[in-house]
Amino acid sequence: MLIASAEAPALQVAGLTKRFGHVRALRGVDFALGAGDSLAVFGPNGAGKTTLLRVLAGLLRPDAGTVQFGGEQLVRSNAAQRRRVGLISHHSLLYDGLTAAENLAFYARLYGLAKPRAAAARALAGVGLEARASDPAGTFSRGMVQRLAIARALLHDPEVMLLDEPFSGLDQRAAATLRDLLGRLRAERRTMVLVTHNIDEGLELATHVAIQVAGAFAALGPRDGDLAAYRARYAEATAGA
Amino acid sequence: MRSVLAQAWAIAAKDLLLEFRSRTAFLSALVFTALVLAIFNFARDPTAVSSVDLAPSVLWITFSFAGVLGLNRAFTLEKENRAIDGLLLSPASRTALYLGKTAANLVFVGAVEAIALPLFALFFNVPLLDVLAPLVLVIALATVGFVAVGTLMSSMAVNTRFGEMMLLVLVLPFLVTPVSAAAEMTTKLFAHRPFAEWAAWLKLLAAYDITFVVLCTLVFEFTLEE
Repeated sequence: MLIASAEAPALQVAGLTKRFGHVRALRGVDFALGAGDSLAVFGPNGAGKTTLLRVLAGLLRPDAGTVQFGGEQLVRSNAAQRRRVGLISHHSLLYDGLTAAENLAFYARLYGLAKPRAAAARALAGVGLEARASDPAGTFSRGMVQRLAIARALLHDPEVMLLDEPFSGLDQRAAATLRDLLGRLRAERRTMVLVTHNIDEGLELATHVAIQVAGAFAALGPRDGDLAAYRARYAEATAGA
Repeated sequence: MRSVLAQAWAIAAKDLLLEFRSRTAFLSALVFTALVLAIFNFARDPTAVSSVDLAPSVLWITFSFAGVLGLNRAFTLEKENRAIDGLLLSPASRTALYLGKTAANLVFVGAVEAIALPLFALFFNVPLLDVLAPLVLVIALATVGFVAVGTLMSSMAVNTRFGEMMLLVLVLPFLVTPVSAAAEMTTKLFAHRPFAEWAAWLKLLAAYDITFVVLCTLVFEFTLEE
């Protein structure tokens, strides 16, 4: 188990196991992260990375193991816990038929934020989409959709951010904007778990690194500066996968 | 409780806004309604069966199937971009989600019925105005029961293969009671029978509504399990 910092863990995971039929998507995953830590999880397709994030988000119930946020065990019926987590997934979780502002105002209402429209306007400004506030999300490019999805995930100011392949499908400009945003989240000491194939992007943002293969962490530790060493460890860990 | 209602209202308003913008399901339901009424009107032999005898069955067949068309959209629109995950991630309770979806479906089905009723009167030449108030009561009660069950079944059917057909298979057995009761009462109303003759059906419909609204609200949480 990795205790990433001396303070009480913002996110602690113990013995997480999840099975889909005969496929074991998670096999005893353990880790702990403090406030401001960010864990990049690398792994090949089918390693169980997305399953891990969905369990952390409370969207999937684990077969065994526990997830704790700030020392409190994750219970799906606990609305206060759900406020602590933001998820950027493969999918935008947005409605194409609603405008950018309407999408965010809708989520602001679900999160019980005061003045939902003002909260939506602030979130849009945060991702540089204020000029497109009145345009339907269905008319946005992939990069703009991703920025809007980030605004949605950050709308309620979550303590823990979960990111599933956030750079996938983005052009260089959109990827740079996303890197800036994630850098800002790190500076604000939010805890992040980032799942990606892209070692360079992941390492740039991470304070800690895990390599997940066939549902289990094959490697886990603090990030050091040696990118080549990580690439070699990743290649070695995933060689048989 | 206040936050549950506020979240339910947000979900219902969002669903209705999306439907207002696209009008896909609404127009489909209206076209279906007009077609069914027209076909029944031209296919019947008015010398063999009078309009008043045939009209109640036609009315409730039309409402039931047009309603199912509308119920399908409730959770189908959450599949787009996996928006359902956004709802489940939020602090909104499953109860708020169910109540919001049910409220939006009630407005949707109610709007289809409000347009279908004058069409029905036009095609079948039934004395609608004489019995409008009690008929609206019957339609409202039957619609509440139908939508309460239909919304629950829609959440179950959406992730199955051939979800739209599956919804019909799931929901039709539960419609036997409210639709039979409503059709019986409509027959009595058109025949100007006294209230005492259809009061028992009204009680049955009210009991069905209370039972299934409560039951579906409680059970809904388990239909969204992964």
